[in-house]
Amino acid sequence: MSKDITILLVDDDIDFLTQTKVRLEAEDFTVVTAESKNEAEDLLTKDEFDLAIIDIMMEDEDAGFALAYHIKSKDESMPVIITSAVTSETGMEFDAQTDEEKSWIKADTFIPKPIRYEQLFTEIERLTRE
Amino acid sequence: MHVLKALIVDDEKGMRLGMQRTLNRYTFSLDDIEEDIKFETETAATGEDAVEKVANWSPDIMLLDYKLPNISGLEVLEEVTTEESEMVTVMVTAYASIDTAISAIKQGAFDFLAKPFEPADLRKTVKKATKNLILAREVRKLEEEKKRVRFEFLSVLAHELKAPINAIKGYLNIISDRVMGNDVEKYDDMVERSLVRIDGMKKMISDLLDLTRIESGEKKRQLKKTSVTNCIKRSIDTAEPLAREKNITINLHNEDDIEFMCDSGEIEIIMNNLISNAIKYNKDDGQVDIDFDKKDDAVEISVSDTGIGMSEEEQKKLFDEFTRIKNKKTRGIEGSGLGLSILQKIVNLYDGKISVESEPDQGTKFTITLYKSAD
Repeated sequence: MSKDITILLVDDDIDFLTQTKVRLEAEDFTVVTAESKNEAEDLLTKDEFDLAIIDIMMEDEDAGFALAYHIKSKDESMPVIITSAVTSETGMEFDAQTDEEKSWIKADTFIPKPIRYEQLFTEIERLTRE
Repeated sequence: MHVLKALIVDDEKGMRLGMQRTLNRYTFSLDDIEEDIKFETETAATGEDAVEKVANWSPDIMLLDYKLPNISGLEVLEEVTTEESEMVTVMVTAYASIDTAISAIKQGAFDFLAKPFEPADLRKTVKKATKNLILAREVRKLEEEKKRVRFEFLSVLAHELKAPINAIKGYLNIISDRVMGNDVEKYDDMVERSLVRIDGMKKMISDLLDLTRIESGEKKRQLKKTSVTNCIKRSIDTAEPLAREKNITINLHNEDDIEFMCDSGEIEIIMNNLISNAIKYNKDDGQVDIDFDKKDDAVEISVSDTGIGMSEEEQKKLFDEFTRIKNKKTRGIEGSGLGLSILQKIVNLYDGKISVESEPDQGTKFTITLYKSAD
């Protein structure tokens, strides 16, 4: 049973893409993947998405932020989830919730890697219900 | 101008002022540092005052009178000597017995200056102490740098080893949760991909062992007259299966039997790295061309491919540990990111050099030159 929700999943880690796509599809989401910021921007001009999941560090250190910014400046209402392993690797934390972070992180929520899928599903449900 | 702080400790006012005047006027240069050195001075008349000034003013050099009222010079020395302290102390004394000398050295004094002395003696002693101080600082800086590099290497290594484990774990979880149902064949790609990541990890570990063996000098080098031609042919045989997968032809352009004083294992590591790169970063149906020649006491080997090539920016990062060129064209190519670091280290053992010519979408040519090993 399709939930009629199409997700754009962007990450340069092909294993992460494969695994997350399979996990999301098992929850009846439709998933389109992109391996780079450019590929994602291409897809965005062609298709409509209900939500985007974006890894911060791709070809450039902040390609994910730039892509989130790009999406939000075109359509403020499209939910964006950013993910990253920076928290587990560097201890650097941010949650896109404080005013200061909201001013430069154009995303609705941040989910650290390794991703807990239950948390991801809950966030997607919450963000697409609104 | 490099300004160092000198603390003069003496209970005689005349001595303090005399030493202060000499040092305030003294500038000199040392081989190891570019700037001239001069002193900023402070004085202390008692041991207590000296201890306090060491703590609050952090002098680089202390000229310490042995005989002070209340607490003696030796006690001051004992008080201020800590493990982290970089200060150099020169004991100034009129009563230089062997015993006092030994206790002062034990307490960390660097030198002695016997009273009475001429300004020239003071300058000579202070210059010697300064040289020691600067050398010690340089050694310390180098050690810190070494520690930092080692730490950085380890943290990158940890990341590089964790990445494939996370990927494999992710696949195993999906399989174990039967996320795509009970049909086992549906999971074939995931099993295949996990095996690729495991192979990548194995390669990284063996590269890492090569690297540490070369770096620690633990690997016994066996230098003898060796047929370079045979080493290269063996590496080509090793690479053939990989080349066949992409229908790549490997051409050897020299059949002469060239002998060279070297370790055959090292030559094979070099060639295996260069040839496997030339295949991995090649296009399907491409070519790998290998040539070599002996020039005086050097051997020059070149490996070129018809592959994806590199931009100038990418070439700059080529020899960094764990650095792999990441772009659309290198997607899915496995590698440890250590191959060229290993190559560089081996080439260094031969006082050799590596040069790279590359053109995006045209190909890359590596040329290495090895010189006859000294030992």
